[in-house]
Amino acid sequence: MERTVVEPTREANRALKPAIELAGLRRDFGDRTALDGIDLRVDPGGSVAVLGPNGSGKSTLLRILAGLLRPTSGQVSVLGCSLPKETHLLRGRIGYLGHEPILYRDLTPRENLELAAALHGLESEAISPRIAALFDAVGMSPRADDRVAELSAGMKQRIDICRAVLHEPELLLLDEPDAHLDPEARRRIAPLIAAENGRTRVAVSHDRGPATEEADFVLELG
Amino acid sequence: MTPFTALLRKDLTVELRTFRSLPAMALFAVTAFVIFRFGLDRTSLNGELAAGVLVPTLLFAALLAINRLFVAEREEGGFDLVRLAPVDRTVLFAAKASALVIYLVALELVAVPIFALFFLDSASGLLPFALILLLADIGLAATGTLISTIATMSSARDLLAPLILLPLLVPLVIAAAGAGEHLLAAGGPDYGRFGTWLGLLGLYDLIFLLVGYATFDFLLDD
Repeated sequence: MERTVVEPTREANRALKPAIELAGLRRDFGDRTALDGIDLRVDPGGSVAVLGPNGSGKSTLLRILAGLLRPTSGQVSVLGCSLPKETHLLRGRIGYLGHEPILYRDLTPRENLELAAALHGLESEAISPRIAALFDAVGMSPRADDRVAELSAGMKQRIDICRAVLHEPELLLLDEPDAHLDPEARRRIAPLIAAENGRTRVAVSHDRGPATEEADFVLELG
Repeated sequence: MTPFTALLRKDLTVELRTFRSLPAMALFAVTAFVIFRFGLDRTSLNGELAAGVLVPTLLFAALLAINRLFVAEREEGGFDLVRLAPVDRTVLFAAKASALVIYLVALELVAVPIFALFFLDSASGLLPFALILLLADIGLAATGTLISTIATMSSARDLLAPLILLPLLVPLVIAAAGAGEHLLAAGGPDYGRFGTWLGLLGLYDLIFLLVGYATFDFLLDD
């Protein structure tokens, strides 16, 4: 496992308390080491692109940052919470887009987002307008009441992005957000997942492209 | 909508839309009654034999639903959805156990009248026996949800659930079948030890609801 390479592409404000701070992060799966010696500091509002080949630990890193996976060793601080001890304080503050969509196939996109909204404690009167606005933004309003199982992979990706940003999280963790999307869909989702208004973003990608162009840092794994 | 209501509604909506569990449970129970009818070569059952046919049949039918209880959470990201949300994770345990109780009551509304039609000379003991079955359903749902969660995290999930669950259900079967022996007796229901069986089932329910509440959060951890 090679050590991390961090390329600063924009002057960061070091005075701010970091949104993400990793020191010597390591994660093992049995005998196999997925991540080793990862050091990283991301300031609030920053954008990081994580690049690397298949199996380099990109998705594992995102799951650790989301509090879904425990680090084997090293220090992990996300939004001021020390993980894994303070994972409970992080819940509801992260928008996580996984490698596989977090969507129930036998529910409609609207029902999936209503479920996510209820779990995140959104005000009931705000839920319908918020969901309608997101579906309009990604061009999914006409299919909002079809079952997810009947949608294409690109449509599922758009709905899953809506789910990830529904509760207006402080930190976005995106595993290949452009996957399955055509250029028009990419253009539509770009404002939803941008690092702006103090929101921090970590996006995983296989290769250099739009994800790295928009990023302040590039973290290369593997 | 509360997180509990939203999760319970999701499970019931998916079941009503797909009918993956309930028809299979009912079909299994009716098929088992037909097999017992010809296997025992009896058109009338009472006492311990009646309880001995009815209670295990309902229990094995319940295993079909228990095996499927967390399939969507495992395959469609439902566990991550709950783990990322700012909710007490035991809400998933409560919602799943409640859904299972509803499935079991629905099963019994179909299976018990068919059992009575096949085997019982008098249905006078069925009303008090319904209370026994309801308490047994709560215990079965609490234990089944707990064990199904453990099994879901394992690669041998299809084997693990029945292998761990059935020994844990022995006290519940003893109490439900013991009550059934007296309530379905040939001369009409005998309430001699009714309170004892109710107490035993109530205690079983309480213990496994508390164990589920205490351990479920830990079981969902990485």
